[in-house]
Amino acid sequence: MTQTEIAPMAAGSPDRLTGLKTFWHYFSVNRGAVIGLFVFILLVLAALFAPLLAPYAPDIQDKTAFLRPPAWQEGGSTQYLLGTDPVGRDILSRLLYGARFSLLIGAVVVTLALTGGITLGLLAGYFRGWVDVAIMRVMDLILAFPSLLLALVLVTILGPGLFNAMLAIALVLQPHFARLVRAAVMAEKSREYVVAAKVAGAGHLRLMLATILPNCLAPLIVQGTLSFSNAILEAAALGFLGLGAQPPTPEWGTMLASAREFILRAWWVVTFPGLAILITVLAINLIGDGLRDALDPKLRRS
Amino acid sequence: MLRYLLNKIALLIPTLVGITICAFAFVRLLPGDPILAMAGEHGVAPARYEELKQQFGYNLPIWEQYARYVGEVATGDFGVSISSKRPVLEEFKTLFPATLELSFFAMIFAMVIGIPAGIFAAVKRGSWFDQSLMGTALVGYSMPIFWWGLLLIIFFSGYLGWTPVSGRIGLQFFFKPITGFMTIDSLLHGKWDAFRSALSHLVLPAIVLGTIPLAVIARQTRSAMLEVLGEDYVRTARAKGLSGARVIGVHALRNALIPVVTTIGLQVGTLLAGAILTETIFAWPGIGKWMVDSIFKRDYVVVQSGLLLIALIVMAVNLIVDVLYAVINPRIRAA
Repeated sequence: MTQTEIAPMAAGSPDRLTGLKTFWHYFSVNRGAVIGLFVFILLVLAALFAPLLAPYAPDIQDKTAFLRPPAWQEGGSTQYLLGTDPVGRDILSRLLYGARFSLLIGAVVVTLALTGGITLGLLAGYFRGWVDVAIMRVMDLILAFPSLLLALVLVTILGPGLFNAMLAIALVLQPHFARLVRAAVMAEKSREYVVAAKVAGAGHLRLMLATILPNCLAPLIVQGTLSFSNAILEAAALGFLGLGAQPPTPEWGTMLASAREFILRAWWVVTFPGLAILITVLAINLIGDGLRDALDPKLRRS
Repeated sequence: MLRYLLNKIALLIPTLVGITICAFAFVRLLPGDPILAMAGEHGVAPARYEELKQQFGYNLPIWEQYARYVGEVATGDFGVSISSKRPVLEEFKTLFPATLELSFFAMIFAMVIGIPAGIFAAVKRGSWFDQSLMGTALVGYSMPIFWWGLLLIIFFSGYLGWTPVSGRIGLQFFFKPITGFMTIDSLLHGKWDAFRSALSHLVLPAIVLGTIPLAVIARQTRSAMLEVLGEDYVRTARAKGLSGARVIGVHALRNALIPVVTTIGLQVGTLLAGAILTETIFAWPGIGKWMVDSIFKRDYVVVQSGLLLIALIVMAVNLIVDVLYAVINPRIRAA
């Protein structure tokens, strides 16, 4: 390690490369975070190359192999590494394709929640007054309901399905972003650089988006990561309850739902999809912990 | 203190109004005609349709309908379930104790393990125990609990045959409910085998529901304890020559528990959301399963009132937590 990298001053330096380097320095101290990142990259690769990696198409049924156990168990074969489900589909292939859905759910939900939350939080924190009161009361209201219950009810209104489930979850997660942005904007608004920009003649939109917002990013990134894993969990829960993705979509929660009645006969149809959810969520939460350590100077270990 | 309390309650009024608007809007936002939606898949005769339209007041302007709805709810009229034909409030009263019992034992499980584990991890910071506890807590926090429940059923009910798969108590037992808690009622009636049956039904669901709160409480206790252990008064207590156990148990713990109490209170929403999944997996006859079943039965009167009642409970609990927090931490009251 060279002398320049060690200097903690580099964190606030305008030099982008040094900033990234400092970030990586703090992020990589957290071994769990690096492992999480590694697993996450593997998942992304699995999702991208699912058609190449999967031995079978996710919806192909082998009528000669219902509930075939995994390869290492008696009665299993290397033909179906993780066994088959009740209608003879290869579980490994379905899991690989399922990674696409989980990552898609996480990405779409976070994008929607982030866009909504940033817009509302900026408006509330920047303009204050009745705009603030109106927006934040609605956010409080959303938070007054248990999240899964509210998502369930929204899906009942919108109709079951993966897209509606994503919309519902985004709406439920969105207030956390709005609150965060509002608090950050209020803290930044009276700082000198903002006043300076105002004096220089910057308009409302420019002040909000170009001057203030970039300085509120750190907590947003951490919250975004946590929401990513939350979204995957909630979407899987909705799928499990039969209100998310509909069969035969190889979404992991939906796979669990259709495997439920076989739990005492075939442990593998239940174990693997759930394990996939757990590993994905855990990897993302590990990354989130690492990001918090790296981005939040207050919590940074000296 | 009274002023603080009144202030808190005043702040809740907009939320309260919002909750009733949400519940009111729910039935009206459902695709299609609200009366047909409420009638479910059986449909309704045209004459009866007009009658219902009059009865529910759908011919009135929307704000009058809302005023009427608030009036009904305020007088305790939550409608009649379409599928069971019983008043919703009555159903809620019979089912809620089951959810309460489950949540109560889940929380006990989470606290009894989470708080000591968190304290120990903080005291032995960086140790093997600390690292594995924090690793386990993160796994618990990331757990899809519906899957966790199924795994426990496979192992304890299927493989070992120790616990029943579903329900609240063996069907052969029947006694008059006193508290609504099966475990306590069976004891009050002096029926030991019934108590054992109730307990064996309760163990797995309580563990499943308590898993995420356990992880959250362990993490929160550890970090609160670490913060307190670095304070001056703890160092002073140590310097006075007090024993390690006394410093940790009295000086540090009391202050560390303040944020933990808040965390525990804030888990109520998580518990009720978790109860939806846990009760569905274990066929536990509580309000979570009731809501899911009602959604599938298209019993929208139940969904509407259940949504309202659950939100009211969460709100009330949050208020109690706020007040408790002010009682144990006087600094808050001044603000």
